[in-house]
Amino acid sequence: MNVLSLIFLQLINGLQSGSIYALVALGYSMVYGVILLLNFAHGDVIMVGAYMVYYSITMFGFHPVTSMLLAVAACTLLGVLVEKVAYTPLRSAPRLSLLITAIGVSFLLENGAQLLFGADAKRVESLINGAFRIGEAQISYTAVVTIGVMVLSMVLLTLLVRRTKLGKAMRAVSEDMSAAQLMGASLNMTIMFTFAVGSALAGIGSVLYVCAYNQASPTMGSMLGLKAFVAAVLGGIGSIPGAMIGGLAIGLLEALVSAVGLSGWKDAAVFAILIIVLLVKPTGILGKRTQEKV
Amino acid sequence: MMKKKVFALVMAMVMVWSLAACGGGSNNSGGNNNSSGGDSNTSGDEAQEIVVALITNTTGDYANYGLPVHNAAMMYFEEVNAAGGINGKQLKILEYDDKADGTESTNALNLAVQNGATAVLGSVLTGATIALADATYELNLPQITASATALNVTQIDPDDPNGEVRTNVFRACFTDPYQGELMADYAYNKMGARTAAILYESGSDYSEGLMNAFTAKAKEVGMEIVGSEAFATGDKDFKAQLTNIVNANPDVVYFPFYYAEAGVAVTQARTLGLKQTILGGDGFGGIKDYASAEDLEGTIYCSGYAPGTDSVKDFEAGYKAKYNEDVPNMFAPLAYDAAMILCKGLEAAEAKGLTPGSDEYKQTVIDTIAAMDGVAGITGSYSFDEYNNPEKPVAMIMLKDGAEIFDAMYEMK
Repeated sequence: MNVLSLIFLQLINGLQSGSIYALVALGYSMVYGVILLLNFAHGDVIMVGAYMVYYSITMFGFHPVTSMLLAVAACTLLGVLVEKVAYTPLRSAPRLSLLITAIGVSFLLENGAQLLFGADAKRVESLINGAFRIGEAQISYTAVVTIGVMVLSMVLLTLLVRRTKLGKAMRAVSEDMSAAQLMGASLNMTIMFTFAVGSALAGIGSVLYVCAYNQASPTMGSMLGLKAFVAAVLGGIGSIPGAMIGGLAIGLLEALVSAVGLSGWKDAAVFAILIIVLLVKPTGILGKRTQEKV
Repeated sequence: MMKKKVFALVMAMVMVWSLAACGGGSNNSGGNNNSSGGDSNTSGDEAQEIVVALITNTTGDYANYGLPVHNAAMMYFEEVNAAGGINGKQLKILEYDDKADGTESTNALNLAVQNGATAVLGSVLTGATIALADATYELNLPQITASATALNVTQIDPDDPNGEVRTNVFRACFTDPYQGELMADYAYNKMGARTAAILYESGSDYSEGLMNAFTAKAKEVGMEIVGSEAFATGDKDFKAQLTNIVNANPDVVYFPFYYAEAGVAVTQARTLGLKQTILGGDGFGGIKDYASAEDLEGTIYCSGYAPGTDSVKDFEAGYKAKYNEDVPNMFAPLAYDAAMILCKGLEAAEAKGLTPGSDEYKQTVIDTIAAMDGVAGITGSYSFDEYNNPEKPVAMIMLKDGAEIFDAMYEMK
């Protein structure tokens, strides 16, 4: 394989995993933007989506497309449910209580899944088969679909936030919660909607994950969630294009580190990025600096 | 104060007893009476039986490993007894559950020794087995484990080739490094591979142990490692690493990690266009459910046991008849072999007319096992190296049409 096709192939590898990180990072970013909560249970929502795909295909024999839609629906519902049960009662509590609750929900989902589905990984038959060649590089259709779906989701999300009333409400709530309420935006509705959209994106992420790795396991969401969190911080938490840039950057970084033969340092490199960003530019690439009001 | 006095008294009694035991070694009846502890058996009965301890974890988290060991070992011992025992003496098996815990296994051993055990089969998992080995080494009591694969079961410091060896401890399974070396040997000598690439799980003792052994053996025979890539535990994305491996174009690829990740790695490797044969360790058992049949076709891994072959057929049928379930994993046949090896040692001691429990008896059992040269078991023939690890052929399992099929036995050149 010549160097050019090798670089191209590694770029595709990076973009594919980066796309999944980006979709998950969006959920982190949106929720943080609106209620300043790091929703650490977000990664585990993806795990539930992956199991949904597995069960609807293997157990109930649904068509892959039906299963994918079911998974997205299940994630959306779960996201809203978590918000209603765990976060709404704590809305006026200190931030730390919310954060700890989020970690608690994450553990609950992971261990609950182990209890319900078993600790073993479950294999999902591949949903998108085949590959094509560009020069000497063999590229799977899964990679192309993953990147395509991510770009499409991003466009739709931007339209949603920029052009609809609910999007406007979301932006207003993130700017100033009480002022938005005074202007007639329903706080509960807006926050619920934010969780629903974020979790739906996680659902899309879970479908893409299953396509790429053919597996669902109870703890798959934890590392994925952490890396997506790093991506969100890198891009500037709270910023939608930032989440996309951060996700793709993390994916490409991982591919780069492995490509130069330092695969053992892949995770270390990702978390080193987190430390560097927090030290050098805590607001991330696209984050805005907010003045603390006294 | 009172407690201390009672303790001192008990200790004094124990010491007197143990002195008596040393003295009684050369004296037939003396040795027996002493080791029978609280049992008030007559010495006549004892002369007719050989006491062996079977220490396994039959309850708790890892009972799926311990139960097959217990069942298969009991099956062998009962067969020996049904056939008239050893030298006309029946085997008396003391069964203990150590819950895969080192303290429990040592406690079980103390009880067993009080009740006259002259040899031990156990334990099952590495941790409990090492604790047990520490205790039996002090007593020079013959011990064999069916399944503990870590080097430091028999070697006190595995990094020091000239270090102390627990001469009384043996095992029926191969060690982690052994299977890594064996796969490198297989790749070079059997498959004619001259270059190899490895993907391994960093931070896993099992995976790194296999990778290091494979690399060292490859170097020794002159096979070049053209790629050595790592991934972190829990990672499912190996595409970047595998792209490097595909690009390096090795003759074979070695994946020393467990089936769930291995399935993902095989699928991703094939998607990236890897055509070469993939080799795996015994952690590949069950991989057929984790990747498609076509992606797995031709994949080879080594195993401690070759299901369905002639040498194990009778055992498998017998196990099924006795316990009403199929042989669950390689732990059962290995335990059957461990029991066989132990009994061979006991036979030799009996043939010399020694008294069970005496020092000479134990030493004879140990020497006999250590000197074994190609004794046939159901999982292969047994010889032991200087570290009391078996040198035996390994079963190569090949994936064909989505099934894991025994291919051939392979012995290192």
